[in-house]
Amino acid sequence: MQLTREEEKGLKGDYGQALAAAYRILVSIGEATEAERLTSIKWAHLSGVNYNTIGDGGAIFLEKFSKDARVKVKTTINPMGFDRTQPNKLSKNFITKQMSIVNSYKRLGVVPSFSCIPYELFSVPRGSTVSFAESNAAIFSNSMLDLLTNKESALSALASSVTGKAPYSDLRKNEQRRAKLSITPSFTPKTELDWGLLGYFAGKVINDSCINFDDIPQPDLRGAKSLSAAMGTSGSCGMFTINHGEETKGITYEPKDASAVKDELSNSEDGDVIVLGSPQLGMNELSYLTDLLEGRRFRKPCMIFCSRAVHSCASHIGVPDKLAKAGCTFICDSCSCLTPLIRKEETDSVITNSIKAAYYLNHSNKVAVCLKDLKAIIKDYS
Amino acid sequence: MCLVIKCRKIVGGLGFGQSLVTRQPINFLTMLDPETGIFHDLEHELHGRSLESKVLVFPKAIGSSVGAYALYSLKTKGLAPTAVICTSLIDIITASACAISEIPAVDMKGQRFESKLMIRQGTQVLVDADSSRIEIIKKH
Repeated sequence: MQLTREEEKGLKGDYGQALAAAYRILVSIGEATEAERLTSIKWAHLSGVNYNTIGDGGAIFLEKFSKDARVKVKTTINPMGFDRTQPNKLSKNFITKQMSIVNSYKRLGVVPSFSCIPYELFSVPRGSTVSFAESNAAIFSNSMLDLLTNKESALSALASSVTGKAPYSDLRKNEQRRAKLSITPSFTPKTELDWGLLGYFAGKVINDSCINFDDIPQPDLRGAKSLSAAMGTSGSCGMFTINHGEETKGITYEPKDASAVKDELSNSEDGDVIVLGSPQLGMNELSYLTDLLEGRRFRKPCMIFCSRAVHSCASHIGVPDKLAKAGCTFICDSCSCLTPLIRKEETDSVITNSIKAAYYLNHSNKVAVCLKDLKAIIKDYS
Repeated sequence: MCLVIKCRKIVGGLGFGQSLVTRQPINFLTMLDPETGIFHDLEHELHGRSLESKVLVFPKAIGSSVGAYALYSLKTKGLAPTAVICTSLIDIITASACAISEIPAVDMKGQRFESKLMIRQGTQVLVDADSSRIEIIKKH
């Protein structure tokens, strides 16, 4: 990969150790994706905010890194590990470490968005090159919003945020944004859970950066979020297209494939707590949920994960009050995946409509999961 | 006696150790115990095995973008592999984590299928990333 004279200086350490580390990362992923050069980006979105995911190693790294680097482009960040207005259930150690991470990101100059759905919170510069970690955001933005990003890692997006650059390669090149393979479902996905099952299957079987789905309708917002999150969970594929499969080879997807994914991730008949929000819920989903719960009340506790920005916005139209009356509790600026609030010591099993939440609650939190679509959850538990 | 395979350099350096080989991809965030570097995912074929001081031979990382921090954190605890070989195209999670952790990393893009199968479980392997060479050291 060719670097400009300025980039070479950055790599050599002329602009400090943090920038040198950032350029080392960009060079490695540039080589990995066979980029000829770096290109400017308009926006970086970083993962690696929750202390439960990055641990002490990550927290110490960010503290050092943020001492001598600042973001060069608009940079938004993922959810953290807890809701700052409800610290009671957590250890002092967790809170101290979590806030150290938050402060490091603030020092870097990020927008404290604490959201995994930046595409629903901020204006989207369609057609622009960006650098998104957080796999659901990368896949959704490539596939639904015409943003151009590779499926970045937490560290590669961080490197892009402080340099304003990313390798010009793979999904950042228009010619690479055409799938070589298509998955053709033999049935139409209807619920958000159906889209998630399809996404998880696709992530598992596809090695390419882009996959096409044939003979299916365009997913709605909830379906596309579920599909993107599930695909990001099981694989490395960073983009999907719908019905663009003229010259592709096909893979079939049948009801038995969907059942196999569900059997893998849903290992409980029932659960103690309902968990909604991986990805976090946006305004659209909160008001949809409010409509579905009209005149009803959950018989089990229901945890809703969304950003503080979305919660504040929704409170102006009375949505959180209505949902609280229906038995829901809000956890803001956090995420259900690897949350310290759902622990096997207190919770045997959860009920969720999210494939991503199911995978992480199962594998990281070691809690059993009962997967159902949202309408079934409301029918069965309210 | 040693057998030499060509590879593609991603992160430079020299790494030596016993190979830990899998054909299954790895989610570094969920599949490894961050305190021990041991695979704790029951469904992974490396379940119970440790990454520490091994030459990790695997297809690619999958899933969480935070997997990069997970691998870096293992390095800070002395539990990281001494080198990483991706048997197809290296992914961004692995490449970025190795770059920051100074773990030599190579992949076998464009190599013959047979080359990818040559590294057996538990053999001594030297990864010379800067020379784009993998040496498999055989006894006798």
